[in-house]
Amino acid sequence: MGAARATATLKDATAIAGIGQTPFAKRLPESEKTLACRAILAALDDAGIAPSEVDAFASYTMEETDEVEIAKAIGAGDVTFFGKVGYGGGGSCATVAHLAAAIATGQASVGVAWRSRKRGSGPRPWTNTRVQLPTPAQWTRPYGLLRPADEIGLLARRYMHEYGATRDHFFNVALACRNRANQNPAAMMYDRPLTREMYMTARWISEPLCLFDNCLETDGALACVLVSAERARDCRHRPVYVHSAAQGLPAQHHGMVNYWNDDPLTGPSWTAARRLWKTADFGPQDVDVAQIYDAFTPLIPLSLEGYGFCARGEGAAFTEGGALEIGGRLPLNTGGGGLSEAYVHGFNLITEGVRQLRGTGTAQVPGATTCLVTAGEGVPTSALLLRS
Amino acid sequence: MTQTETTTAASGGGERADGLLAPVPDDDGAPFFAYAARGELRVQCCAGCGEPRFPPRPCCPHCQSFESLWKKLSGRGRIWSYVLPHPPLLPAYAAQAPYNVVLVELADAPRIRLVGNLVAAADAALNSVPPERIRIGAPVKAAFHETDGGLTVVRWLLERP
Ligand SMILES: [Zn+2]
Repeated sequence: MGAARATATLKDATAIAGIGQTPFAKRLPESEKTLACRAILAALDDAGIAPSEVDAFASYTMEETDEVEIAKAIGAGDVTFFGKVGYGGGGSCATVAHLAAAIATGQASVGVAWRSRKRGSGPRPWTNTRVQLPTPAQWTRPYGLLRPADEIGLLARRYMHEYGATRDHFFNVALACRNRANQNPAAMMYDRPLTREMYMTARWISEPLCLFDNCLETDGALACVLVSAERARDCRHRPVYVHSAAQGLPAQHHGMVNYWNDDPLTGPSWTAARRLWKTADFGPQDVDVAQIYDAFTPLIPLSLEGYGFCARGEGAAFTEGGALEIGGRLPLNTGGGGLSEAYVHGFNLITEGVRQLRGTGTAQVPGATTCLVTAGEGVPTSALLLRS
Repeated sequence: MTQTETTTAASGGGERADGLLAPVPDDDGAPFFAYAARGELRVQCCAGCGEPRFPPRPCCPHCQSFESLWKKLSGRGRIWSYVLPHPPLLPAYAAQAPYNVVLVELADAPRIRLVGNLVAAADAALNSVPPERIRIGAPVKAAFHETDGGLTVVRWLLERP
């Protein structure tokens, strides 16, 4: 890529050349910093690139290991680009997008994006409620809207009311993710099949959402390595190109409590999608496999609508007839997703997208060449279109 | 209301003696609670173009005016959605779980939807309305509950109990 070009295009200019991860578990003994280093070094090894060549870092603002410490620990060279993306799980795809922009414009040549988190054994964000109270939680937390599940539950109930979505639709989502996790030895739910009976009788978390509508609590770390498309062709694996990328912060949006704009059911995915497809050579009908952010099952029908796989209000019905299973219209979260593989703020959706396009998924979609990966819906979000 | 008064009203930095959380108003939101203490439901409106906005903030997203006024509303609305949280929850909330949290669309400002609780009386418990009585679309009216920290919050009563 010519670094001097003022209007560099992102399309296929960069590729993910390496991916890495630690084990996923409810409790891991090592620190987040150690886990981050392990995942990053594994990703560099996967790419066949020396740590000393890393000159760019990107992660989430909620990531507690910082690039200075990571760069030292892994033995990075001089770093010329680093940045962090806000809004929790909304940042996952944007970490890759920021590296892609930096590499495509000549600001760096080898970028590492990562997320390391001990959510399984560490404190959960909603328990630290008091510091969040002044703004905007003063309008929600005192009334007992304490957790993300409560916040999304309000949208889910309204969605059910407006469009006839049922718990069976949410179950379709939970089941597709669990079925894929049952094929993935690295998944926390690898040996734990889910039945409709288990789902329907599970304890409530925030009605209408039950235990299985919620993502896992996981300790673990993941990373990926981004380089120019040119360089990726000399790496160890088939390049997975960043075809299109976008972030989405809709007008008058409020993170998690998107209740005060005109239409709370069209969330950030709609904004990200418009930009994502605008710069792509293909459309939703051409997506072979999707990795859609699944902190809660209702986010899937909402995202299916936002990213244009179906019309407004049709996302729940889209999940019927095995559409999200292997062989269905849109195989979903083929590693098990946040619901059944690991919940590490959606980074495992990126690495699984890469595996699918390499042809090495544990639940491989035959011949997959295009993949949509999305970040957290309900917060300012981001998305990637990957292709092989 | 000044910032100092706000802090005093929210005594204890957000946690009440009963363990529930009290709002910690910021400068922009403080008038809402000051009016609530007088039994008035008011929302911030632009003094230039008249558009209501929520949550309160320094300037108008429509005309960028920094002048605002607080318009008194009828206190009527409809339930737009609701959830019934179950544990794990903060202890004081777990003690009343499952309780309801409602999102009320205001009759006079339909795009403003206030998070609150549907209760049998202004000072009743969070779980004082049986869940089977809660319906999307049900008309509700505002009630005012002075918390044990001295700050008044808006709660909701069914119009047809
Ligand atoms: Zn205005």
